[in-house]
Amino acid sequence: MSTDLYQQLLATTTGLLLLTAVLQVWGRSTVRAIGLLVLQGIALAGLVLTVGLHAGEASAVVVAGLLLVVKAVVMPWAMLRSARLIGVTREHSSRVNPAVELIGAAGLTLLAYAVSGPILGNRSDAASQAVPVGVSLVLLGFWQLLVRGSAITQLVGFLMLDNGIAAISFLTSGGLPLVVELGATLDVLLVVLILGVLVVRMQAEQGHIDISELRELHD
Amino acid sequence: MTIASVLVVVIQLVFAVAVTPVLIGVMRTTRARLEGRVGGGIGQPWRDLRKLLSKEPTRAPGSTLVLTLAPILLVASSLLLCALIPLASTLALASVPGDLFVVVSVLLVGTVALALLGLESGSAFGGMGSSRHMVIAALVEPTVLLSIYALSVPAGTSALAAIVQARRADPASLLNPVSLLAIFALVVVVIAETGRLPVDNPSTHLELTMIHEAMILESGGRDLGWLELGSWLRLTALLGLVANLALPWGIGQDAAPLTLLMGIGAITVKVLVLGAVLAAAEVFIAKLRLFRVPELLAGSFVLAFLSVSASYLVF
Repeated sequence: MSTDLYQQLLATTTGLLLLTAVLQVWGRSTVRAIGLLVLQGIALAGLVLTVGLHAGEASAVVVAGLLLVVKAVVMPWAMLRSARLIGVTREHSSRVNPAVELIGAAGLTLLAYAVSGPILGNRSDAASQAVPVGVSLVLLGFWQLLVRGSAITQLVGFLMLDNGIAAISFLTSGGLPLVVELGATLDVLLVVLILGVLVVRMQAEQGHIDISELRELHD
Repeated sequence: MTIASVLVVVIQLVFAVAVTPVLIGVMRTTRARLEGRVGGGIGQPWRDLRKLLSKEPTRAPGSTLVLTLAPILLVASSLLLCALIPLASTLALASVPGDLFVVVSVLLVGTVALALLGLESGSAFGGMGSSRHMVIAALVEPTVLLSIYALSVPAGTSALAAIVQARRADPASLLNPVSLLAIFALVVVVIAETGRLPVDNPSTHLELTMIHEAMILESGGRDLGWLELGSWLRLTALLGLVANLALPWGIGQDAAPLTLLMGIGAITVKVLVLGAVLAAAEVFIAKLRLFRVPELLAGSFVLAFLSVSASYLVF
């Protein structure tokens, strides 16, 4: 792969990751959030493929394919299915108003860009320029977990966090061994499937999926 | 050099006036077909415009000069916009720079003319339309500035022609994070600025939530014709700007006949396709509540702001 093409693909995939992460903060529709997650999964798989092929690892194709299937097909499908089952396609409650949410997201992205430089030191290759995007994905995922009330949006935030961690690991170390990656991805998949069932149960038991209402334990 | 750039400006103006009714026709026909209607056909806006322009305007007694001047001002500012924005060629006038700040100011001149026209008649509808229009304009202008500014940082200049040229010379910059965020923000504000869905519904008439139609409600005949042409030309110019910033291929760099011909062909295709895509997307969305429009525009401002800061931190 030529250096030009490598940089172009790296810029495109990280650009898509950042765009979908910021758009994620900016809306109340659950279906749209899941759609953005699909796009993010595709971008992440593209990123893994680009970095892996550039480093000359044949296993990158397998990892990218696995990520594509799990993050862009299976997980969104499971979440969409739970959302459809309980009939919740829009989120009503948020703990802060939309403007504060957006400004917070902007601040966190700036923070990600500001801290990534010192953390990486004076590496100046193309991959390390894209690390701020991974860090901002992590921070925006945490932000989503903090301010959103709906269980499905919390799940979306959690997956964004996971995508961010995966992106950083690929950009800084050229990827993890296949076994580790397989384990981590399937772990997250299991969490998503279980939480998908839990969300449906929550709706059936309480008539809402607002996690801020979950304060006490019952038998 | 000067003759060549004057030629480019003249050709861009001719292009804009000729293609604008077709663009509106394509957008309306696309929407009608997707909704299962036949529609008026691609030539209908052109026929409407010809009919309106040949009619005597009816002006209310007691109306002032604003009613006469505002339509002319709107058309003039829109034509100036079409001349300043690099549509067919990146060859700019040396004396009048197609600077980003100049373009935004010219955009604002047309906006203010429309708002004054709405206030002029003294009717409740007009005033409401004007106030909404100004609220949206106040939120849109900073985002237009910021998002194009983000694209101007790598190019090192605020002249639009030079930005487009720099982006064309470096295709790697087209899809990086800065550019994606800025283009997305720009698309949102262009939709808001030209009064398309989800901010304003261009096909409504006599509805409490309308914005553009409320301001031109009191105009008729020739005045209405100029107002329609002026707002349509803004749409063409802004769509052309977005198309050339996002996909700068095909645009000429000098005034040679062949490159100009190719530039005209490229921009026509780009604008018409972009318009059809926009109209097709509009079928699937509903108008946003007016109180949620600032939220949408604040979101696009944040995107533009992020792209500016990212462009400084990366480059």
